[in-house]
Amino acid sequence: MSETNAKKVREPLFHITKRAALPFWKSTLIKVGGLLLGFLISGILVSALTGKSPFALYASLFKGNFGQEIRIWKLLRETALLLGIGLALLPAFKMKFWNLGADGQVLMGALVTAGLMYKLGPNANSAVVNILMIAGSIAAGVIWAVIPAIFKAKFKTNETLFTLMMNYIAAGITGYMISIWATNGSGTMGTIKYAWLPKLGNDSLLTVIVAVLLTALMFVYLRFTKHGYEISVVGESENTAKYIGINVEKVILRTLVLSGAICGLMGLLMAGSINHTISKTLVESRGFTAVLVVWLANFNPLYMVGTSFLIAFLQNGSSNVVTEFSLNDSSIASIITAVGIFCVIGCEFFIRYKFQLTKKKKEDK
Amino acid sequence: MDKEIALEMRGVSKYFGSVTANKNVDLKVYKGEILAVLGENGSGKTTLMNMISGIYFPDEGQTFVNGEEAVIRSPQDAFKHKIGMIHQHFKLVDVFTAAQNIVLGVKNEPKPIDESKNAFLRFFAKIGRKMESGLYKKKEVAAQVKEIADKYGFEIDPKKKIYDMSVSEKQTVEIVKVLYRGANVLILDEPTAVLTPQETEKLFAVLRKMKEDGKSIIIITHKLNEVLAISDRVAVLRKGESVGEIATKDADENKLTELMVGKKVELNIERSLPQNPADRLVIKGLNLKNHDGVKVLDNVSFTAKSGEILGIAGIAGSGQKELLEAIAGLQRLESGDMIFHNPKKDKPVTFFHKDLHRVKELAKAGAFRYENGETVDFTGKSDKEIKELVNDGKVLFKEDEIIDLKDKTPLQIRELGIRLSFVPEDRLGMGLVGNMDIVDNMMLRSYRKGKSVFLDRGKPGKLADEIIEELEVVTPSAHTPVRKLSGGNVQKVLVGREIASAPKVLMAAYPVRGLDINSSYTIYNLLNKQKENGAAVIFVGEDLDVLIELCDRILVIGSGKVTGIVDGRNANKSEIGLLMTKTEGMDENGVESVKEAVNE
Repeated sequence: MSETNAKKVREPLFHITKRAALPFWKSTLIKVGGLLLGFLISGILVSALTGKSPFALYASLFKGNFGQEIRIWKLLRETALLLGIGLALLPAFKMKFWNLGADGQVLMGALVTAGLMYKLGPNANSAVVNILMIAGSIAAGVIWAVIPAIFKAKFKTNETLFTLMMNYIAAGITGYMISIWATNGSGTMGTIKYAWLPKLGNDSLLTVIVAVLLTALMFVYLRFTKHGYEISVVGESENTAKYIGINVEKVILRTLVLSGAICGLMGLLMAGSINHTISKTLVESRGFTAVLVVWLANFNPLYMVGTSFLIAFLQNGSSNVVTEFSLNDSSIASIITAVGIFCVIGCEFFIRYKFQLTKKKKEDK
Repeated sequence: MDKEIALEMRGVSKYFGSVTANKNVDLKVYKGEILAVLGENGSGKTTLMNMISGIYFPDEGQTFVNGEEAVIRSPQDAFKHKIGMIHQHFKLVDVFTAAQNIVLGVKNEPKPIDESKNAFLRFFAKIGRKMESGLYKKKEVAAQVKEIADKYGFEIDPKKKIYDMSVSEKQTVEIVKVLYRGANVLILDEPTAVLTPQETEKLFAVLRKMKEDGKSIIIITHKLNEVLAISDRVAVLRKGESVGEIATKDADENKLTELMVGKKVELNIERSLPQNPADRLVIKGLNLKNHDGVKVLDNVSFTAKSGEILGIAGIAGSGQKELLEAIAGLQRLESGDMIFHNPKKDKPVTFFHKDLHRVKELAKAGAFRYENGETVDFTGKSDKEIKELVNDGKVLFKEDEIIDLKDKTPLQIRELGIRLSFVPEDRLGMGLVGNMDIVDNMMLRSYRKGKSVFLDRGKPGKLADEIIEELEVVTPSAHTPVRKLSGGNVQKVLVGREIASAPKVLMAAYPVRGLDINSSYTIYNLLNKQKENGAAVIFVGEDLDVLIELCDRILVIGSGKVTGIVDGRNANKSEIGLLMTKTEGMDENGVESVKEAVNE
C-alpha cells in the first residue's frame, strides 16, 4: 500500500470490460460451472447447519429425484407443469407483456374443472364431462388473462400489477366456492371421484405428453408463423409495429388469449388428471416459478425444457433432504434451491464481462 | 513549439470484446487551441473522448494533464483535472432553471475551521461546513454565471427553465455548466448538428473567445467546412487509429476526406433536371396537435412532384417528423387533406392490391375502360368472368387514381395499392427491429403476403442477399441482428428495403444522420436514382449544404409552419437559415408552387 500511496497517481489493478459473444458450448460450460458452485456452497452450508457430510446431501438430492420410479415420475410431472405454465407465459413475455397472473389463470382453469367434475360428474357421461372440462378450463384461463389485456390495449394500464391482483381474486373465488361445495365441515374438498381425465399409465404421463406437444407447437408458432413474427415485432418496438401497420391492440389480445388458454389447460391437468381436487393453494406459486423458467432459458422454448427440469430437480431433491435429514423446518429446501438458481443466474456476469488487468505502455515512445 | 500541452494521450487502446474501438492512439491538445477530431463513423472518436472524460477507462496507454500523468476513472476525476465534456445529447434536468442545472453536483468551497476554538464549537463548525457546502446560493451563482457569460459572450438567462429553452440555449447551459466547474479543456461532441447556421456562427464566436482566454477545445464534427472554419489543428482517426495530424491552414476538404477515408472520394452530387414532373402528393392545410395538445403542424400545404427531390429544412423538432408520420398514416390529423395521385392512367387493373369487391365498385363508378376506349360495365357478368378480364389485363384505368390519405392507417394505405415508402428518423426504433436479423427485417413490409399462417422467408432472404451485395452492406451474414451493424449499414438495409418496392413516394427523415461520408453519398445516389425512376422524393435533412446540392426544391419549416419554399438551384444558406427561424407562416411573396397547391 505504502508504495502505491507514495505515487501520486494510482492505477486500478484491473477493470471490467465487455466480452465478445461466447460460443454456445462455452457459455453452457460457464453455467454448468455456476451450478456446480451452487452445489458446493449448499453442501458447505448444509453440513455446517446439520453436521452431516456434504456428500450425504448430494446423495439425498439425487435419491429424491431418481430413488424410486414414483420419484422419477414426480420429477417429470413437476418439470412438465413448470414447462407448460412457462410456455403459457412465453408468448406474452416475448411481447413484453409481463403476465404475472399465471397462478390465477391456472387456478381458474382448475376451479372450473373441479366444479364440473363435482357437479356434473356423478350424473353425466364421463366423456361428455371431460369435453366440457376442457372447454370450460380453457375459457376460464382465457377470461382471466384477457381482462388485464383489454385494459392494457385500450387504456395502457400496467399489466404487471393488474395480472398480479387477479391472482388474489382467483384465490378468493376458489375459497368461496370450496366453502359452498365442501359440506363435510372440514372446509376442504376431498378427492372428487368422478369424471377424471383418461388415465394413461399413471397420473403424470398425460401432463408430460401435453407439455412435450406444447413445447414443439410453441417453438413452431413463435419461429415460423406470422403471428409469432408479429409478437416479436410488437415486443421489440411498438413504434415499428405501428409503422408497418400491425394492429397492436389486436396482437396483445390475441396473444393473451393464447397465454390464458394454455394456463387454463394446465389447470385442467392439475385438477382433472393429477390431484383430482381443488384448493386455494393448488398451484403452489408455479405461476411465479415459471417466470424464472422463461427468463433462465432466455425466452427459448427448447432451453425451457432444461431450465424447468433444473428447478424441478432442485425442488424435489431438496424437499427429500429435509425428510431424510429429519429437519423440522423446510427452509433448508428453499435455501438449496435458491443457492443453485442464484449461482446459475450469477454466472451470467462472467458470460458478458471479463476482468482485465491494466497494461501500461512503455514510456520510451 | 512554444505552446504548452494541456492534455496528451499516449498509446491509448480500448477494446469492446472482439471490437477494437481505439488502438494505440496519440492525441495532443495545446493551451489556447481548438483541435478538431475528425473521422468516419465508428472510427473511435467518441470512445476516445469518453476516455478523456472518465466514462470509459482505457485498456492500455496513458493520459497526461499539464505534463503530469493522470488517471481518470470517473467523470469526477475528469473534473478534478479540469476537463469537461459537452455531450451530443444534453444531460440537463428539464424542470430546473439554467442556474440550478449549472450548480447541480458542485459543492461550495467550505470555510476553514478555526482550530483555536474548543472541541465543542469545532464540532458545530464542522456540521455547519457540511451544510453550507450543499447550500444553493442563488445570488452568488447568478453573479458567477453572469460573469462567465459576459466574459465569453454567451446569452443566458439563469432563471429560465430548461423546458422553455431552444436547443441552442440548452447547449449554452451545458457549456456554461462546464466552465462554471472551472474546466480548462472542453470537449464538444458534434455541437453544431442541432444548430442553424446563425447559431453555429454564434457558437464559433464564443469558442474563439475561450481560445483567446487560454482554454483548450476539442471539437468533434462531421462537417468539413466547419472544421476548416474553426479549428487550428485537425487530428484524424481511421478505424480506431490515429492516421495523422494536420494544421488547418494546410488542409482543404479533399485532403481531409482522403485522410479520413484512406482514398480519394468524389464529393459531388449529380443533380439531374426533373423529368416530366407531375403532382404526386398534394398536401393541403395540415393541422396536427401532439399528445400535450401543442400544435406541431400549423396549416402546412405543399405539393411533392414525381421525378423531383423536395427537401425539407428546419431546426430539429419543428414538425418535420410529425409531417412525415402524418403522411405515412401514423398521426391523427386535426384537419387537412393529403391527396395522392396514383399514376394509373391507361395502366391495367390488377388484383394485386384491389379485391374483387373494390374492382366492382370502381367499375360501377365508371373508372375503367377497355383497350378500345369503351367504359367497362360489369353488369350481368359473373365474378369468374370479371376475374378473367382483369387478369388478362383487358381492364384499364381511365384516369389517375386520386386517393385521400387522410385517416388511413399504414395498412390501409398499402392495401389501396399506394407504394409509399418511409425511412424514419429513428431507424432501430421504428424502421427496423434491432434484435432481428436482416432477413426478418426485410420481411417487415412483406410478411403478410399470401394466405398461409406460416412465414415465407424465401423471398425476403433473396432480397436481403441482393441488398447486401448491391449496397455493399458490411455484415457477417444475412442472419446477423441489425443492431450489431454499424450506423451506415443499418441505414443501407432500411433504405434498401424501402426502395425495393419501387415506391411512388419515398420519404426519408435524416437518412444520413450519423453516417460516414462514403455511406452518405451512397444514400444520396440512391435517392437520386429513385427520383430518376419517377418517384416523388421527400428528403428531410439537417445539413443545408447537402440540401442545396441535392434537392430540386427546398421547403423550409419553422415551428410547424411552412415559412418558405425555395428553388434548390438558386438557394443560399443564410436565406434558408433565416426562414428556419421565422415564426410566421409564408407571406404574400410565398413561392408560387404553394399557391398552386392551395388553389387546386
